[in-house]
Amino acid sequence: MTDVPDPSVTFVAHGRLHLALHELRGGTGPRLLLLHALGRATPDTVPSWLTDWPGPISGLDFTGHGRSTVPVGGGYSAELLMADVDAALAELGPCTVYGEGLGGYVALLIAGGRPTLVRGAIIDDGPGLVGGSADAVSPTAVRSLIRAAAGVSPDPWVLAELSRDVRPADYASTVTRLAVTGSELDDPISVVGSARPAWLRAVVEDPSVVVEDLDAALRRFAAQG
Amino acid sequence: MPVPESDLTPDELVARRFPGAVLPERSYRVDVAGIGIAVHEWGDPGAPVLFLLHGGFDFALTFSAFAPLLAAGGWRVVGWDQRGHGDSDHALLYGWDADIRDAIAVITTVTDRPAAMLGHSKGGSIGLQIVNAAPHLITRFVNLDGVPSRRPMPDVADHERTRMAATEVSQWLDHRRKISGHPQRRPGSLDELAERRRRMNPRLGLDWLRFLVTTGAHKSEDGWRWNVDSSLRMGGFGPWRPDWSVQYLAAVPIPFLGVLVGQAEPMGWETTLDSLRGVTRDEAGSS
Repeated sequence: MTDVPDPSVTFVAHGRLHLALHELRGGTGPRLLLLHALGRATPDTVPSWLTDWPGPISGLDFTGHGRSTVPVGGGYSAELLMADVDAALAELGPCTVYGEGLGGYVALLIAGGRPTLVRGAIIDDGPGLVGGSADAVSPTAVRSLIRAAAGVSPDPWVLAELSRDVRPADYASTVTRLAVTGSELDDPISVVGSARPAWLRAVVEDPSVVVEDLDAALRRFAAQG
Repeated sequence: MPVPESDLTPDELVARRFPGAVLPERSYRVDVAGIGIAVHEWGDPGAPVLFLLHGGFDFALTFSAFAPLLAAGGWRVVGWDQRGHGDSDHALLYGWDADIRDAIAVITTVTDRPAAMLGHSKGGSIGLQIVNAAPHLITRFVNLDGVPSRRPMPDVADHERTRMAATEVSQWLDHRRKISGHPQRRPGSLDELAERRRRMNPRLGLDWLRFLVTTGAHKSEDGWRWNVDSSLRMGGFGPWRPDWSVQYLAAVPIPFLGVLVGQAEPMGWETTLDSLRGVTRDEAGSS
């Protein structure tokens, strides 16, 4: 976390963590929340591929990334990052969520966890999309010799732990069902990227999940507000 | 460290003096990537090492009656408080991998020779993964009710199962929102904390629970509070599958003793011998 004041950044609390929430574009209308990829952070400006979104756009720096708290000693999970997003939703209210890479996986999780607050989830390509095995794996203990410099962002622990976390296909299917059955939207999950790790193959097999291009997804969710 | 006897009332002092319980002879901290882990030892420092891994919401000093017996049997008994438990640091993040990483750091700090290990409940399950991930560190392994297995799914319709999962996830997210107010654990008298704990472990006697309060809680002006981090929560959800532990069990390459609990209780795994048959090379036995 930095002390440099920036009026476009506010900090929201998630437990003892402080998360940087960036206002990339103000205005009225449906809000889009950008979730960055593994090892990345919220960009300084609205990415060119999102400029057609008709409303305000925010971005959240996940724990261990960007200007958010970098914990000591690791212990990351994608579910923890889902709760990061929930903290942002508590501040912002309902949003359409656009996630790249790891942020795409987290977008799916929060769509299942808070289906009435997520007004559509868009899953796009990017670092951290694949994750680790679909089955049990050896723990990261074997990497315990990582000499992480305290406070460095992105946190080396998050790179180690969330580039190989377990993502079973049936888990992704269950979360998809939670999102679809709990949402007021028609077809609240959109997959716009090209990569298909096992968990995402299971997601797109759900008949309510739409595979489309990004512009179509943005138009569809913006129209449903 | 436990509240010093000089700060205990006469009634609390009675609770502290549980027959057979002995506080650790040596306590120190191991730094694991910035997290301070409290380590406690009983027995001859020159004896063979036996590591003890405690269960969820327990702490190393829950072995204060068991460890002295093992020490008397010729072991250097070494236990530690998992992050967020007992006297160890409260961390910002908690996770299974992190617990295993902390464990291996403690084990390799304490000794450079392979050692025996005993794990109870969550500690038994962590131990199973240690034996798989770093089998060169462990010579033999005792697992006390620490083998989660696939439980029979309740006979409910798919939509009902989805509803149950939705409730589980939303309750977990609600908990994460709630802890943003930096809550402390609820204070109470020694007996109130003992009673709360008994709801989790109804078979434990009140005198033992009162002893645990004097060793795993701290006193302040408004009463006693358990040391365990208030951000931790029982249960949870995620991609983890209990039957993965059975896969780890099948791969154990060292002498192994498993003990299953025959009675169901809130903190138990309820794994049955039937669910493990065929897993091990030698037939599993119960005790």
